[in-house]
Amino acid sequence: MSGPIHIRPDETFTLNVGPQHPATHGVLRVKMEMDGEYIVKAETVLGYIHRMHELMGENRTYPQVLPNLSRLDYLGALGYTHGHVLAVERAAGIEVPERAEYIRAITVELNRIASHLFWFGAFVMDLGGFTPLMYAIEDREYILDMLEAVTGSRLTYCYYRFGGLYNDVDDDFIAAAKAFIPRMRKSLKKYDALVTGNIIFRKRLEDIGPISAEMCRKYGATGPVARGAGIDFDVRKNEPYSVYPEFDFDVPVYHECDSLARYKVRMDEMEQSLRIVEQGLEKLPDGPIMPKKAPKLIKPPAGDYYQAVETARGSFGIRIVSDGTKNAYRFKLRSPTYSNMSLFDEACEGMMIMDALAMMGSLDLVIPEIDR
Amino acid sequence: MIKDTVKQALRDLFPEPDPVVEAPAVEAAEGEEEKKPAKKKEGPRVNGVIERNHAEHGYDIDVQCNPGELLAVVMILDKAGFFLESITGVDWIKENQLESVYDFSRYDFDTCRVVIRTRTSRSEPKIPTISKIYPGAGWHERETHDFFGIKFDGHPHLVPLLLPEDADFHPLLKDFKP
Repeated sequence: MSGPIHIRPDETFTLNVGPQHPATHGVLRVKMEMDGEYIVKAETVLGYIHRMHELMGENRTYPQVLPNLSRLDYLGALGYTHGHVLAVERAAGIEVPERAEYIRAITVELNRIASHLFWFGAFVMDLGGFTPLMYAIEDREYILDMLEAVTGSRLTYCYYRFGGLYNDVDDDFIAAAKAFIPRMRKSLKKYDALVTGNIIFRKRLEDIGPISAEMCRKYGATGPVARGAGIDFDVRKNEPYSVYPEFDFDVPVYHECDSLARYKVRMDEMEQSLRIVEQGLEKLPDGPIMPKKAPKLIKPPAGDYYQAVETARGSFGIRIVSDGTKNAYRFKLRSPTYSNMSLFDEACEGMMIMDALAMMGSLDLVIPEIDR
Repeated sequence: MIKDTVKQALRDLFPEPDPVVEAPAVEAAEGEEEKKPAKKKEGPRVNGVIERNHAEHGYDIDVQCNPGELLAVVMILDKAGFFLESITGVDWIKENQLESVYDFSRYDFDTCRVVIRTRTSRSEPKIPTISKIYPGAGWHERETHDFFGIKFDGHPHLVPLLLPEDADFHPLLKDFKP
């Protein structure tokens, strides 16, 4: 029998977080060099669910790629399909009726709330609290049921078409959405009382996991990560698209740069999304949901087109390089969590592992969207 | 306006006059005023700065430069407070060239997206890395290397990121056969 293992005090060891680990929310692996509980160096390993969506975008016609986009981010899929239809509409010069744009905005915002709700539950679960997830799932179910009745699916939507929508909303949807707003406002107060003030929760997040504004800029972080670092940047305001200029809403910004700031940004965003849904339902114009002359065959003129949208996770961009045929010559997807995650290696150096995992939760990762 | 500032700074790098994109509009003959002028096809792209219509293309300034000038252009954008959105490639197989495309934008209400393009030969694709200026470019360049095989000179860790670690193929090249 060999004696006890002696570890030199200056010796480090390698720890593998993932690829199958509950804290990584999917198939992500982080190779960490540890000195006791402290991280000396971290290296993220990607690609476990890489599916080459960009090549599919070149091999298929534009309408055939539509369902692919919702497979990127299964929590906030409508935002991504919105980006795609807007990019193709920009390239091919297709006009969209006003009613369709309003319904798009309403459904995207509902989807954003659903995405944030799930993040909220999973994030608190990362920190050891299980109950809030159950409350969050209950509210999220309400949204998914509502969207299922209109779009036909619960997660991987294929609801938008080039020029409009696949299906008009009915009175049931409008009534359900109107009833949802006060219900959700009550729930947000409940979450606030249940979680935000909790002393254990705050001690795990306050002044921990700093991501500065300069780091955001160097790594291209967007969305709640950038807004938690005091950067007032939201594509809906900074580069307005669709009917967002018609709505009155605020962009929550916190300057603390810590994990708690990113939590607060998302919690406030749900209220702002509710405001957009409320105004959208009020202003919803009558009219067609598809243009009269919606082209059957989509062949954008040769050129290079870019479209950015604000999804639940940040600025999502699509680049379409067209050569005038019915397939894209190049189909590039710029996913927000890819950039947000790339700063993790640098940001977590010197942190304790449990704090780093809390920070990873505050980045709101969806792995299929990073790997594409 | 940030657009003018950036254009002015870039003009020092490219002293030649801006390349012409569209032929000057020919005055419509009488009675044909309602007819839209037919869009001229763009000729082969030469180096220089082109201003684009944001509503039409989604970006404002379109720069093309040689790989050797890339770092100078990126440093101008870094100084002006731009953040890196993405890096990608395009395979122009007919011209036997690989293009690397960089998107930059700003955390600002003065919207300005700058696209930088640089082309390299297909047989020996080599472009200097910008990860010394923007560390976030590290992942983007690794991804572009995965998909197109463009070698980023000076990159600290140019190994496959999304593809398997022993991958020796580049799936987005137009002559790729699975």
